[in-house]
Parts: sequence; structure tokens; C-alpha cells
Amino acid sequence: MVYKTNIRPAWVVLVLLMIFTLAFTLVKTSDTTPEKKVQTEQIVPTQIDLSKFKNAEENEKCLKCHGQTKYSYENAESKKTVTKRMYAELIMNRDVFYVSNHRQFKCTDCHSEDYGTFPHAGNLRMEAKANCIDCHGGDEKYAKYKFEQIESEFQASVHSETHSKDFTCWMCHNAHTYKINARTNENLKETIVYDNLICLHCHGDVNNYQLLTDKKKPNLLQKHEWLPNQASHFTNVRCIECHAKNEDTLVVAHHIMSKKNAVRKCESCHSKNSILYASLYKHQVSEVIMKEGLVKGLIMADATTIGPDKSNTLNIISIIIFSLTILAIIIHAVLRIKKSV
Amino acid sequence: MNHQTEERLYLYPVWIRIWHMMNALLCLTLIITGLSIQFANPNTVVKFNTAVSMHNIAGILLTISYVFFFTGNLFTMNGSHYVIPVKGFMIRMKNQFYYYTIGLFKKENAPYPVTEESKFNPLQQTTYVVLMYAMVPFVILSGWGLLYPDITIKSFVGFSGLDLTDLMHIFAGFTISIIMCVHIYFCTIGKNPLSNFKSMLNGFHESH
Repeated sequence: MVYKTNIRPAWVVLVLLMIFTLAFTLVKTSDTTPEKKVQTEQIVPTQIDLSKFKNAEENEKCLKCHGQTKYSYENAESKKTVTKRMYAELIMNRDVFYVSNHRQFKCTDCHSEDYGTFPHAGNLRMEAKANCIDCHGGDEKYAKYKFEQIESEFQASVHSETHSKDFTCWMCHNAHTYKINARTNENLKETIVYDNLICLHCHGDVNNYQLLTDKKKPNLLQKHEWLPNQASHFTNVRCIECHAKNEDTLVVAHHIMSKKNAVRKCESCHSKNSILYASLYKHQVSEVIMKEGLVKGLIMADATTIGPDKSNTLNIISIIIFSLTILAIIIHAVLRIKKSV
Repeated sequence: MNHQTEERLYLYPVWIRIWHMMNALLCLTLIITGLSIQFANPNTVVKFNTAVSMHNIAGILLTISYVFFFTGNLFTMNGSHYVIPVKGFMIRMKNQFYYYTIGLFKKENAPYPVTEESKFNPLQQTTYVVLMYAMVPFVILSGWGLLYPDITIKSFVGFSGLDLTDLMHIFAGFTISIIMCVHIYFCTIGKNPLSNFKSMLNGFHESH
């Protein structure tokens, strides 16, 4: 049987291209990655088993009012029950508090015992909030988290320098809701969203921004107009990658620099010595390497820096292949010259 | 063979020569800028931003040039040179390989000399088909995927889609670079080392 194949490859490629386009469109349209739901302020009845927390019963005395969007009390004079709205920032969501790092605390560990009486005395409003270092400083148990270094980086940061005492840990971290993230979360995308939302709390919301300054809030999209593929950058790296001075000894850098010192060179990230390996990917890459082995860890960790080589193994293989090709060419050429063909 | 009967075949029409020249220049630009992006560091001679811009522009031009070549091969006779006959494929590949490694040095005649009907020898033909119909489309598609990372599929069987695209692009780019080195060297095997280069300028192929 004689096969007569005279179909030009160009037609085959054209058909393959059409199939590829079709498949791509189908995959894209069915690409239903659920968007992460933004936590709303609405309080829902808690799903958490409060019996697991030794101070939960005690805390309920506070959360009876502070765990709701409204609270009721009896007016001693009119003998009527009055219902009022709770200020948003005074509401403690049980579902968030009881998964936070401070979940085993009782309210009065940090707040005055005097809050036990209602109405609360006016001077209690002046109560100073404790900062991280107040409890965690000098504690052996927390030594690996390096709170002292965090504190000194923070003191050197532009936030601390510009706003002095007004800018405290609380601006970015709420002790009621704080949950360790970068160190424990294996999902890099979640870490990025988590950390960037901290910055956007003020830099993306003029009301919060102007709590500390009367200046007009810069438009972040305009300020970053020079950045190619802006949306990709905003979702794949954290603000602190370029805006914080990174020390290898801290998991999350706290030395936020002034804008003139921000990283602007593409190759700072898009290169073999990418600063991202010392910051964003530091934890992630080593995790994946431990789990998946070196090659896969380096190539396939969620560390997407387009451009630079990530894998030394692949580099060496390609250099060997290239050298062998050139060697073969040289040998062939020398033989041809010798035989003069 | 004496000089009177020496064959001069008109094998490369103007459109092919223009495309070939464009393709050569663009590929060289892409390889050089591609390497400087791949091995970028803050102290390189070619600035990263310049290399990226040049790579993007050259990539877009290569796409246009490829569409030109592709259409040409669909509708002109040039496309027939890219049809690999299935029957006796392995034998012909072996014969050509033997010629390049042994026969050539024994001053044997080329097993598949250039004719108007078949301007490529079997090895050449297979390489060009893989190059032009697999590697180049591959590098162009993955390149566009990297140019617009937002349209690239986010994840594929658990791997980052962008990373796989990046790997595909580098793999295809590397393969093309290797083929280009061999291609340029093999062009020195002609009537004299420069005659094949001359052919791509004047369109005439000179036989051995």
C-alpha cells in the first residue's frame, strides 16, 4: 500500500492553532477561580465552640454588647430599655477573635478591670493600648519571632519617623484579630493579599489615611503607572517588596522606606539575584523544596519571576548541550579543512 | 562538471529572501536580548528595560514575519518543500546522516542533491519542519502569553501557568538558538564556504 501524503504542514499547524485557540477559550471561560470573599462587618452568630476557650465565659460579659452591632441597657431613670448601635471599631467579632493568636486571652488581660461596670467610666477612654513589644519584648518563648528587631526596624521606618508616636503597631496590626500568616501560610497568593491589605487599609482609603495627615492621599494607580503589567505586579508581589528594606533575618520586613528609596529597577526582582528570594519567596521556596525536592522546588514553587533563570540544573544542562553543539561543529569543520572538502 | 554546464537554479524568490533576511535579523535580536533578560543582573551592559522593549518589539515583528511566511507556504509552491514523504523516511535520514558524518569526507556525492523539486535534503527538511511548524509557533504563542500575563491560564495541573509558559518559551528559544548555530555552520557546506550565503542574497543556488 502506497501512502501519498502531500498535505502541507502549514495546514496541519493552522488546524492545530484553531484547536488550541478553541481549547484556550473554553478553559478561559470555565476558569472559575472563586474570588476571595471580603470579610464584611456584619456579625453572624458564632460557629465557634466557645467551651474550648478558658476565658470565653468571662469574655462573654463584654461580648454580650461588643460582639454585636447593637446593644441594649435599661435607663435607670426612665426605666426603659434603650437599644443603641455599637461603634464599628468597638465591635469584636467572635469568629475572628477566637481564631486569632490572642484567642486564649481574656479582655481584662489587656483592658482595665474597671470596664466591668456599665456605663464605663469616661477616663477609661484614655487607656493606652499595649504595643507588641510591651508583652513580647525580651521573652525567650518569642525569641524566634525577633520582636526586638521588628521594633527597631519599625522605629527606623518612614511611618515612625514621619508620624512619631501617633503611628503604632495598631495601625497595621489589630491585637484582637491578628493571626500569624507569612510564616505559616503555604498559599503565597493569600500571604500577598493579606500583607497588601494592611497597606491598603490606609493607602487605599482616604478616611484612614487622613487620620494621620491632612495631606491629599496619592492615587496608587497613577503613582505606579510606570510599572508594566501593573495588575499582575499588584497581585503577585507585596508592596513591601519594593517599599521595605529587607533584612535576611526577618520573615516580614518592617523597615518601610520613604518613596525615594523604593525599588524601581526591574532587574532587582527579574534577575538571578532577585530580591524576592530574600523576601517574598524566602519561606515559600524552602517549604516547597523540603516537600517536593530541589529541582521541582526551584522550578515550580509559586515563585513566578518572569525572565531570569531560576534553576541552576537547567542552566548547566543547556550550557552542556550548547557546548557539545559547538564542539561538534568545530570537529566537523576541522576535519573538512584537513580533507579539504 | 565543467563551467559551461554548471547548474544555477533559481530557488529563492524575492519574497523568501526578504522573509529569510527579516527572520535572521529578528532571531538574532531576540536571542541576544533574550539572553540578557534571562541572565539579567543590575550591572549588565544592556539595560534590562531596553532589552525587554527590544525583545517585545522584535517578538511582535517576528509574529508578523511568521504570518507572512506561513501564508506564503500555504498558497505558493514553496510549501511543497515542507511536505515530508512518509515512505522510506528513516532510510533517507540515515543516508543523509551518513553523508554528513562519513560520505562527505570520502568525497562521495551528496545523496540528495538540490533540485527545483526538492531544495532541502531529508535532514534539512525535517529540521525546518520542526523549526518552522513546532518551535517557532511555540515560541511565538508562549511569548504572547508572557507579554500579556493576565490572559495566560493561571494554573495547569497544579503548576503555575505563567511559570510553565516561561519554561516553554525558554525551551523553544534555546532549541531555536541551537538549530540556528547548526544552520549557519551547515550553510558553509556548499560549492564554496560562502556560496550558500550568496544564494540567499541573489536567489540562485550553485551546485557542487
